[in-house]
Amino acid sequence: MIKISKNSSAEGILFLSALVSVSVTFAILFILFREAMPFFEEVSLKNFFFDSYWAPTFNPPRYGIAPLIVGTLSTTIIACTFAVPAGFLVAVLLSEYLGQKARSILKPIIELLAAIPSVVFGYFALLVVTPWLQSFLPGLQGFNRLSAGIVMGFLILPYMASLSEDALKAVPKHLREASHALGANRLETALKIVTPSAISGLSSACILTISRALGETMVVAIAAGEQANLSWDPRQPAATITAFIVNLSKGDLPHGSIGYQSIFAAGLVLSVITFSLNIFAHFIRKRFHRRNVS
Amino acid sequence: MKNQRMDLSVLSPKQRNQKIFARIFVSLATAVLIISLGVICVLLIRLFIDGVERLNLDFFINFPSRFPEKAGILSAWVGSFAVVLLCLMFSIPLGIACAIYLEEFAKKRFYSPFIEVCIGNLAGVPSITFGLLALGLFVYQFNLGSSILTAGLTLSLLVLPVIIMSTREALRTVPLGLKEAAYSLGATKLQVLRHHLIPQSQSGIFTGVILSLSRAIGETAPLITIGALTFIAFLPEAPVTGDFPFLNFNWVWDSFTVLPIQLYNWTSRPQAEFHKNAAAASFILVSLSLFLNSFAIVLRHRHNRKNI
Repeated sequence: MIKISKNSSAEGILFLSALVSVSVTFAILFILFREAMPFFEEVSLKNFFFDSYWAPTFNPPRYGIAPLIVGTLSTTIIACTFAVPAGFLVAVLLSEYLGQKARSILKPIIELLAAIPSVVFGYFALLVVTPWLQSFLPGLQGFNRLSAGIVMGFLILPYMASLSEDALKAVPKHLREASHALGANRLETALKIVTPSAISGLSSACILTISRALGETMVVAIAAGEQANLSWDPRQPAATITAFIVNLSKGDLPHGSIGYQSIFAAGLVLSVITFSLNIFAHFIRKRFHRRNVS
Repeated sequence: MKNQRMDLSVLSPKQRNQKIFARIFVSLATAVLIISLGVICVLLIRLFIDGVERLNLDFFINFPSRFPEKAGILSAWVGSFAVVLLCLMFSIPLGIACAIYLEEFAKKRFYSPFIEVCIGNLAGVPSITFGLLALGLFVYQFNLGSSILTAGLTLSLLVLPVIIMSTREALRTVPLGLKEAAYSLGATKLQVLRHHLIPQSQSGIFTGVILSLSRAIGETAPLITIGALTFIAFLPEAPVTGDFPFLNFNWVWDSFTVLPIQLYNWTSRPQAEFHKNAAAASFILVSLSLFLNSFAIVLRHRHNRKNI
């Protein structure tokens, strides 16, 4: 009898810990909604989405989120244009070309890139990459999206590479063998057999990488500047949603002020986007697992 | 498979094109690998060159200052240490317990897929979002202020998915036969956990702890959001006192700064002299993260080999 109660109390404690971890997701949504609510009482949704200027702490204040979204998207596009294809290439190389030995050395090296704190990448973007780019790109501003985007590309490359490699590895071996038996070479097998079979895993990897780039903060906060503008020009400075939050929280931000509410409103927009992307990616991957098992 | 170096002239045009395409593909992929490696090397070398002037003992024992030559990282590294210590104290037990529950108790409950979605989503939440959660919840709801305690709690939520995932991974690699043997001898679920599952997956769990340690040390954005200061010229209250009970936990209420925030502050200043401080602090931070991660990789490698 004693043993049974000991077991169930242990299970209870374990269950509680799981509950805490699960409730974090809901706590995030709840807090963001609650703190952003007063903001939306003051600012109409029409104004929020269609005004073309963002300056919540200025006088007179303007509350159009569009410039922040454009800033976020433009740095994300630059980063992903490099990181998604490059990560895929690395994944194919690791999973289809290299032997066990070479892979066990090279994969950790790619992962080391993910270990470097993003604030250090920010330093690198602002003080090393930007001056270097300026030497052959006239008209590039001191703070710009191009340099922030490129450096962010290196930051997210390991995620793309490692997630895609997992997707490629999950393709059953007999498919490759059949393809080789029909006379296809290694590249044909990789691109025409393995990649299509792993397509849902690869899309999921791609979405997660994009989501990671959207939420990346320090590189853009340091290297892309603080100026929210509606331009798509990569040479111009930009404020992303994340950079805006960081820049505003650096100063004094009294509880309940419009500045305080505006960072939650911006955070809510970011979270809605990244949550949907993450959950979407999760379901794509689940579907693909099930198909491969059956 | 090893016929890639064959003479291309004997092939038909179509085959030749295929071969050329294959070579281009492989060289591109190799180039990406080499460039990534190059970036790590260039980064480390540049940081070292830029910061070497500041890398001396004074840098570690000085407080930040208006004068770049005198400014150091004493309050920053002490703050980082305190925050990371608290972070691990919260996240390790919580993460491991959660992982055990998910792996061993909740495998096939009706709500399991739902839990999976939540945990999976948590791993992809941008770090700044955790900062906003902490600002609304810990700082203003629970009134913990911009203290070391708030920072520790924030980072523990942030690294929770890392610990949960690596612990689950480690629990999964324990051979089924071992579990079944223990059960067949009459062990209860708890005994199997205590005597077999946890000891067997120790090194995997440890790898996760090191990875989350490295993540916590480098994290900046959420700590700025909760209101960490950038200029701190004092240390938290000492954890050890002369009087009974000799331990003092008031330090968890002190305001703080951490290494990444200090170096962010130095980086965003216009004076080039401060950039040297930033480079030196970055070099220390990067070396620390690379060291921790290499250690984790070696551990995992050993663990995998043992299990095969």
